[in-house]
Amino acid sequence: MSRVRVLVGTRKGAFILTSDGKRQQWQVEGPHFAGWEIYHMKGSPVDPDRLYAAQCSDWFGQVIQRSKDGGKTWEQPGSTPGESAVPEGHPAGESNRFVYDTSPETGAPLTEHQWYDGTPRPWEFKRVWHLEPSLTDPDKVYAGVEDAALFHTADGGETWQELAGLRGHGTGKAWQPGAGGMCLHTILLDPSDPQRIYVGISAAGAFRTDDGGKSWRPINRGLVSEYIPEPTAEVGHCVHSLTMHPSRPGVLFMQKHWDVMRSDDGGESWFEISGNLPSDFGFPIAVHTHDPDTVYVVPIKSDSEHFPPDGKLRVYRSRAGGNEWEALTEGLPQQNCYVNVLRDAMAVDTLDDCGIYFGTTGGQVYASNNSGNSWKPIVRDLPAVLSVEVQTLP
Amino acid sequence: MIRVILPPRLQTLARVGREVELEVAEPVTLSAALDVLEARYPMLCGTIRHHDTRRRRPMIRFFACAEDWSHQSPEASLPDAVVSGKEPLLIVGAIAGG
Repeated sequence: MSRVRVLVGTRKGAFILTSDGKRQQWQVEGPHFAGWEIYHMKGSPVDPDRLYAAQCSDWFGQVIQRSKDGGKTWEQPGSTPGESAVPEGHPAGESNRFVYDTSPETGAPLTEHQWYDGTPRPWEFKRVWHLEPSLTDPDKVYAGVEDAALFHTADGGETWQELAGLRGHGTGKAWQPGAGGMCLHTILLDPSDPQRIYVGISAAGAFRTDDGGKSWRPINRGLVSEYIPEPTAEVGHCVHSLTMHPSRPGVLFMQKHWDVMRSDDGGESWFEISGNLPSDFGFPIAVHTHDPDTVYVVPIKSDSEHFPPDGKLRVYRSRAGGNEWEALTEGLPQQNCYVNVLRDAMAVDTLDDCGIYFGTTGGQVYASNNSGNSWKPIVRDLPAVLSVEVQTLP
Repeated sequence: MIRVILPPRLQTLARVGREVELEVAEPVTLSAALDVLEARYPMLCGTIRHHDTRRRRPMIRFFACAEDWSHQSPEASLPDAVVSGKEPLLIVGAIAGG
C-alpha cells in the first residue's frame, strides 16, 4: 500500500508526519532543527528520500539541510561535523552561501529595489523562502530567496549560483517588499518544457523564462492591483502563490494579494476567477491531482485582518476552474477561528482519492483524504506553520 | 589553546558541546579565532559573520573577560586571559525576545 509523508516547516522547527494510504492514523516526528525557522522543505520527485530544508534564523542566517533517508538524518551538504575545511576543491561551508552574482560574465549589477515607502534599497540576501527540486535530477534544486532572486544548485546543495537574469532584467527598481519581505516564494517547473520556469515575487509579480533561467520577462497582463500607483503596471503586483496541474502546464492559477486569477496561455494574460468567494484575499492555491479544473483556496478576510471571514475556517473548492466555489467545512472549526494559512502551507498528494493538506499559523495541520469533502487535524499545537509539502511514497 | 563558547543553536548545528577548544596561531585576534572555528566547523560559515565581507551578523555579539568585543576591530589581539585559555571567548546571540 502507498504511504504518505507530510513535510511541515514551522517557526520553531520541522516536523515529518507519516501515514499509510488510508491517511487516518499519523506518526509525528520532530522537531528537527528545533528553534530554527523552517521556511520550506521539499523532496525530490525522482528520489523521494532526498529531502531539502531551508533553515534560517534572524541571528544566525541561512542554513541548507539535506537528507538522503527521508528525513531520518540530516546533513549540511558538503560539511561533515568535525571535518576540517579542505585545502583543495571548493571550500566547505559553501552550502549556506547565497551571494548575488555580479560578475561581468553571468551576473547582473547589484541595483536597488523599492523599500516600503518607495525609497531605493539595495538588494540584500536575507533567507531562502522556497526550494524546488528538479523534476529529473535529485542533485539539482532551485531556491527562491529574499531579497528576490533565483538560485540553483547542481551538486545537491553544496554550492549555489544565482540565475541573475531575473534580478537583472530591468524592472527591479519597481519591485517592492510585501509584508513578509521582498521574496521569491513560488517556483513552478513546466513538466512539458524543461526550459520553462515560472516564479512569483512579492511584490513584483509573476515572471517566466523560456530558456532555462537565462532571460526572464514579467507575465502580469490582466492583473489589477489598486494598491499601487498604476494598477495595471507591468510589475509591482503582490502575487501570493501560483500553481499548475502537471497535465496542463499552460494553465496557471494565482492567488494574488486580492483576487484569484487564472491564465490559459502560460501567463501571457490573466483573468479573474474569484466569483462567489466570500473574500478573494488569501495566500495558498492548489489544484486537485486528478482533475486540473478543481482548485482550492483558503479565503482570508483582508490584507490587514489575516484570519478567516466570520471566524470560520473554510477551504473553498471550484470544480469548474474558478468562478463557482463551494465551501468545505466538515471537520474544520466554524467558530472563533482566527488563524492564517500561509502561501506555501497547502499541498495535495497523488493517491487515487486525492488528499489535501494545509497548516495554520495556530499550529494545526488539517488533512482531507477525500478531495476536501471532510477534514481532520492530523497534528495540533505545533509552532506556527510556514509550509506544508506532501510526498506519495510507494 | 583558546576556549570558545557557542550559543545553543550553533552547538546543535556543529554537533558540539557548549565549549570548543581551538589552536589559534599568534597573534590571537577575533578574526583569527573565527577563521579557525569556521575551518574546523565549516557548517558555521555564514552564521556568525558574512561569508564574503566577514562582517559580524547584526544579532551576534562577542564577549571576552566581561568586556563587549562586538565593536572592537576584528584584528585586535584578544586579552591575554583568553589567549592562555584561562577565560573563554563568548559568541552570543543578542537578546531579542519578550
